[in-house]
Amino acid sequence: MATRVLRLVLAAWALVALAVVAPRGAEAKIFRWANDGDSNSMDPYAREETFLLSFDSNMYEPLIRRNAKMELEPGLATEWKQTDPTTWRFTLRQGVKFHDGTPFTADDVVFSYDRATHPGSNLSSPLSTVKEVRKIDDFTVDFITNGPDPILPMNLTVIDIMSKKWCEEHNTTRAADLTKNEESYATRHENGTGPFMLKDREPDVRTVLVKNPNWWGLKDEPIDIDEADFSRIANASTRVAALLSGELDMVYTVPPQDISRIAGTPHMKVWKTPELRTIFLGFDQSRPELLESSVKGKNPFKDKRVRQAFYQAIDESAIAAKVMNNYAHPTALMVGPGVNGYDTALDKRFPYDPAAAKKLLAEAGYPDGFSVGFDCPNDRYVDDEAICQAVTAMLAKIGIKANLLAQTRAKFFGKINAPRYETSFYMLGWTPATYDALNSLKNLVQTRDGKDGVFNTGSYSNPKIDALDKQIGVELDKGKRDDLLHQALTLTRDDFAYIPLHQQVVVWATDDKVDLAITGDNYFQLRFVKMK
Amino acid sequence: MTAFVIRRVFQSVLVLLAVALIAFALFNYVGDPINNMVGQDTTPAERVQLRHELGLDQSFIVQFARFVGHAAQGNFGLSYQQARPVGQIILEKAPATLELSFVAAMIALLLGVPMGIYTGLHRRSLVSQAMLTGSLIGISLPTFLIGILLILIFAVVLGWLPSFGRGPVVHIGWWSTGLLTAGGWRAIILPAITLALFQMTLIMRLVRAEMIEVLRTDYIKFARARGLSNRAVHFGHALKNTLVPVITVTGIQLGAVIAFAVVTETVFQWPGMGLMFIQAVTFADIPVMAAYLVLVGAFFVVINLVVDLLYYVVDPRLRIEREHTAGG
Repeated sequence: MATRVLRLVLAAWALVALAVVAPRGAEAKIFRWANDGDSNSMDPYAREETFLLSFDSNMYEPLIRRNAKMELEPGLATEWKQTDPTTWRFTLRQGVKFHDGTPFTADDVVFSYDRATHPGSNLSSPLSTVKEVRKIDDFTVDFITNGPDPILPMNLTVIDIMSKKWCEEHNTTRAADLTKNEESYATRHENGTGPFMLKDREPDVRTVLVKNPNWWGLKDEPIDIDEADFSRIANASTRVAALLSGELDMVYTVPPQDISRIAGTPHMKVWKTPELRTIFLGFDQSRPELLESSVKGKNPFKDKRVRQAFYQAIDESAIAAKVMNNYAHPTALMVGPGVNGYDTALDKRFPYDPAAAKKLLAEAGYPDGFSVGFDCPNDRYVDDEAICQAVTAMLAKIGIKANLLAQTRAKFFGKINAPRYETSFYMLGWTPATYDALNSLKNLVQTRDGKDGVFNTGSYSNPKIDALDKQIGVELDKGKRDDLLHQALTLTRDDFAYIPLHQQVVVWATDDKVDLAITGDNYFQLRFVKMK
Repeated sequence: MTAFVIRRVFQSVLVLLAVALIAFALFNYVGDPINNMVGQDTTPAERVQLRHELGLDQSFIVQFARFVGHAAQGNFGLSYQQARPVGQIILEKAPATLELSFVAAMIALLLGVPMGIYTGLHRRSLVSQAMLTGSLIGISLPTFLIGILLILIFAVVLGWLPSFGRGPVVHIGWWSTGLLTAGGWRAIILPAITLALFQMTLIMRLVRAEMIEVLRTDYIKFARARGLSNRAVHFGHALKNTLVPVITVTGIQLGAVIAFAVVTETVFQWPGMGLMFIQAVTFADIPVMAAYLVLVGAFFVVINLVVDLLYYVVDPRLRIEREHTAGG
């Protein structure tokens, strides 16, 4: 009891000391939060990376945005429709002003498209189907696509609109060029239309945003907080300690081992929802002989029975329960809930059955198993290395000796990604950037031809799926398109092209006075934050 | 003396070139920065193009020569991660590390030297035993564990001190200081203690050993025989003669404090060069890593030079020998 009084007194003293140092307005609501990374740039085209895109979208806005349920809703465009198979027409919102007071018009949309698709920008791929953006009048633009593109509106949610006038004035009509030795003005300054404005930025340390009192959305959607004070805290223990000590109101990413501790602390709240990212294992299915294996002269993974044996030897429910502490959603598909094309009816995993697996291996001609290299990252996904260790142990039971090589992400991706693809058996995670299964199919499953299948590291190839992908790409009827997606996902599943393991769970932690909207894309939006 | 300094500066340049060369040789093993720089949907052709523009597809020798050429003009390029000039980033981060190292070194010296003297003079006292045992714990626990423990006790449980960051800073020109605000001082306490603990123990034990050694020598006995007070013997004669090794070690350790602030900075999210370096490593941000390693090399070189010069000031025998050989 005495210590509690002492603590209170000391806490009060600390508060007073703090107040003296940094006097604040009594009524201003300040929301303090931290993440393990920093938004590397205030330039919304600097990198296609979830944290940068979500952070910068507090200041900049796209034509079409996503609401708290990840559904599309009007942003800077009030409505959109296809006027012919290759034309999407957008009606722009009127009366919107950039933070410097410049009115928003169609010229800014045309300019933003141009800036996002030129060198320096990392956001050209979501716009790869667009041939041209045409201004019709001040508040109407047409996006002309190369062929029919049913999912263009989804792709446009990551393209924030910048001000033509501002970029020209500050000589930043192209995103930062790393080969030049100068900093782009947009790297540390912003001029969006969004609900928050940049007040102060120390890269890698602290970024302060304040509410935009002139935001167009305020009428329907009042912003509760006046200021958002962001700190980068890379060390997981320190990040959690700062939340528990009351220095912060919200943190993510939350380390799995600390989740129960935070949940058990009074006045703390843990938020969770299934993530869009799917974690899976892949095989080299193209080389005539595996790079790292005891099997010589042939590639065992070309045999479907071997792939199935690996699949059935892995006890995913044990991984989800023991390694992931149940913060995982075991999956049979290469996409999870929340992604367009996902269907619960298809999401049935083949059973864990080591005896059957052993039999399949024997039938395929490997009664004593074999050894194979196994590539894994150790700092990319939740508990990635621990999952791979568990898989290694499970495979050992059917006689497969997986030689695990767990490395830091820069090394890992350098080895398994294009152009080297130097792996025999590997772990990878994928989030479809469009929230649509076609993105996963095109990148992971479609035959590698230099354009598609870039992340099809094992070079799986199935003409039936390739044909389906082609149809899906141009099918404008939603019902038919979903049916085609289901077919392609089922084919992928039943051919054991990959071993899907699970979808991770997004976990955020806050003080319990905070209310917010958690989404499976790990896209944290300040406009949804409310503080009691 | 001048010749000595010139010779040392020449040696320093060679040392720095060697550091840069080794650093560059190591960069082949940190992995591929391209994947961190582009989105997952970027095509292989675009990746190859970026690699080419950054010169990462050139041979090791060409990359190294280009780096040295640019570095000689003070140009360290743009950070891959932040797209900002590396020189500017380092200039922003340096004050945090230097202030932390300075405060830590002060704590280590101001506590370590008196404690060393005390334990040297009162070898059998209980207080000495307690200090020695305590310091053993300080030296055997790893830095990150001490840091986490301090955070747990003083930030989470007691709520007295902040767990991360530098607190409010004041900008004076390009220098930013946290030492002019109460919040800044509150923020520096825990990391400075964490960083100082090992050095303090080292200095204390060194001073103690030297004191014990010196107190046995004949001139101390003679000084006592002359009837000098304890105070004059201990501080006037004994302490002065323990200082040469203490200065050497403290000097070298100051370099170590700056270079190895990495762990402390990581635990406390202290926005200094060490944290910058760790983050650069995980990103494979080669320009930042190269500049940092060369800079730390330069720190060590300069500190060693200063230490050598300090010998002249403290130890008159060195001056005489040098003049003697020069004359003869």
